[in-house]
Amino acid sequence: MFFLIFKRFVLGLITLFIVSLITFIGVEILPGDACTSYLEREAFGEALAACVKRLGLDVPAYERYLSWAFNVIQGDFGYSLSGQMQINEVLGPRVKNSLVLASAAIIIGIPLALILGIITALWRDRMPDIIISTVAIFSMTIPEFISATLLILIVAIWLEWLPGIVIVPTDVTFFELLPNIILPVIAIAMIMTAHMARMVRSSVIQVMASDYIQMAILKGVPYWKMVFKHVLPNALLPAINVVALTIAWLLGGVVVTEVVFNYPGLGRLVIESISNRDLPVVQALGIILASIYVSINFIADLLTLMLNPRLKTLQTRK
Amino acid sequence: MENSKNIFNEKPKSSLAKALDIISTMVSKPSGFIGLTILVFHISLALTSPWFAPYDYKAINPSLMLNAPSSEFWFGTDSLGRDVFTRTILGGRTALTITFFGSIIALLWGGLLGIFCGLVGGRIDDIVMRIVDAFLSIPWILAMLLIVSLLGTTTEVLIPALGFFYGKGIVRVARAATHDVIAKDFIVSAKARGHSNLSIIWNEILPNVRDAILVEGAMRWSWMLLGFSSLSFLGFGVSPPTPDWGLMISNARGLMSFAWWAVIAPIVGLSSLIIGINLTADAFAKALGIDRSTKAPV
Repeated sequence: MFFLIFKRFVLGLITLFIVSLITFIGVEILPGDACTSYLEREAFGEALAACVKRLGLDVPAYERYLSWAFNVIQGDFGYSLSGQMQINEVLGPRVKNSLVLASAAIIIGIPLALILGIITALWRDRMPDIIISTVAIFSMTIPEFISATLLILIVAIWLEWLPGIVIVPTDVTFFELLPNIILPVIAIAMIMTAHMARMVRSSVIQVMASDYIQMAILKGVPYWKMVFKHVLPNALLPAINVVALTIAWLLGGVVVTEVVFNYPGLGRLVIESISNRDLPVVQALGIILASIYVSINFIADLLTLMLNPRLKTLQTRK
Repeated sequence: MENSKNIFNEKPKSSLAKALDIISTMVSKPSGFIGLTILVFHISLALTSPWFAPYDYKAINPSLMLNAPSSEFWFGTDSLGRDVFTRTILGGRTALTITFFGSIIALLWGGLLGIFCGLVGGRIDDIVMRIVDAFLSIPWILAMLLIVSLLGTTTEVLIPALGFFYGKGIVRVARAATHDVIAKDFIVSAKARGHSNLSIIWNEILPNVRDAILVEGAMRWSWMLLGFSSLSFLGFGVSPPTPDWGLMISNARGLMSFAWWAVIAPIVGLSSLIIGINLTADAFAKALGIDRSTKAPV
């Protein structure tokens, strides 16, 4: 089992290494380098030379990649082009804000998804299932920017219950941020919950149809005892990986949601840095978001391994 | 008796008859019927709308700014005095065209690469899958935004870029489906007969993994539509004044406190199309006996 964890870890590192190559090569082969695309029409003479010098564009690409990668491993992403700031300083508050948003959505979303998924599975094809599943299909298929826009229109403009957009400085304190994040959290949690509830539902239905549950029913195990002791432990295990993938997938969706609500997180930084053509920041964001994805998947693998006694023995023997 | 006779005398069904069978299974359930109806409606609307659009979609008229819906302008007018009804019925054309061709590209390269990797296995498979994993871990939106911001937002850029980024998930599905059939006897015997890899892929594997890949492709189509509209919404998709739902929503959003019609009309258009494709894809999967609900959106 230890070997398996180690193997997963190394695979994750290899993935990140390839990601760093892709982002670097991608920025390299697309037309225009960081300086010409950033300076646009002023890209000549002294300004260009200074920029090239500052970013070290005058040395060969592989040398630049090596020194960049070496610095990134040490946690130094270099300088942003537009703000003349260290990228770490730019990222710090953004990461914090996005974490607040994501964790709030996860704290609300996961328990809700479990409850809804179990309800829909146990009352399969009856009224509760039909209603919840229909709502779930709507909230997971409609694009984030539409559900967010509708939330603003209904809750903030027509009902005037909550502020529609977030107008706070980037380095806002946690408690000042709190009332502002309610709508963005609802927008994100809605989609996440719908996805996960659907997966929990089908997983529970699969387990309910298995032989050992039939056996438990025939043995006369009380219904709810059977659900909690026999069905759920087996049904929720395979859901962990899928939940991880859903969370990771939402990283892309969060970008759009943050833009709609004007939320000062990583997602809006993605748009800002791309609009400004601030390629060093784009590279840093690519690596950071990919690391989040890889680590979420790694944690999910770990959890699955730890929670599944069968997998432990099976995999070590192999 | 009659039944058993039928089984032996039955001719293999033509592909048209099979397709009709699948469609009739799909529409036998309400969700599939609704989905397919919405999808057919949207496709026919996209094909015919330029011929019955009541106004010019790009005609700016300051005196008609932000008119509420009336008998003259069914869905009202937007902040530049353009007819929202005209722009809404035209608004799906670009998105549908680009994502349709994008999905075909995604299906082709993702499906073929996945089958190839599943078949040959070994070192090549390992390397390709690592690269696919790496691409999967970069958020699509970051990659797409970078590409369109550097290469422009023309159709020639968007179709291959979307096709590439939504194909990488299909590689995995096709590879897994290939692994399921690869150990079967008919593959082993084809190998023993000395068929080439290409002939095995085409004649033996493809017919068996086609369903799984097609279902995945249908799903990708709706995700690609979502992705494309998000790009438009963020201002990185089609350029104005082309009518496009994502762009219309983004433009009308700022004024929605007093001109809600300009934002609701494109929202209804885009949401119904995406829900239609999703319901159709689900019904399609069920008709082919594939359960999609256990999969994550990768």
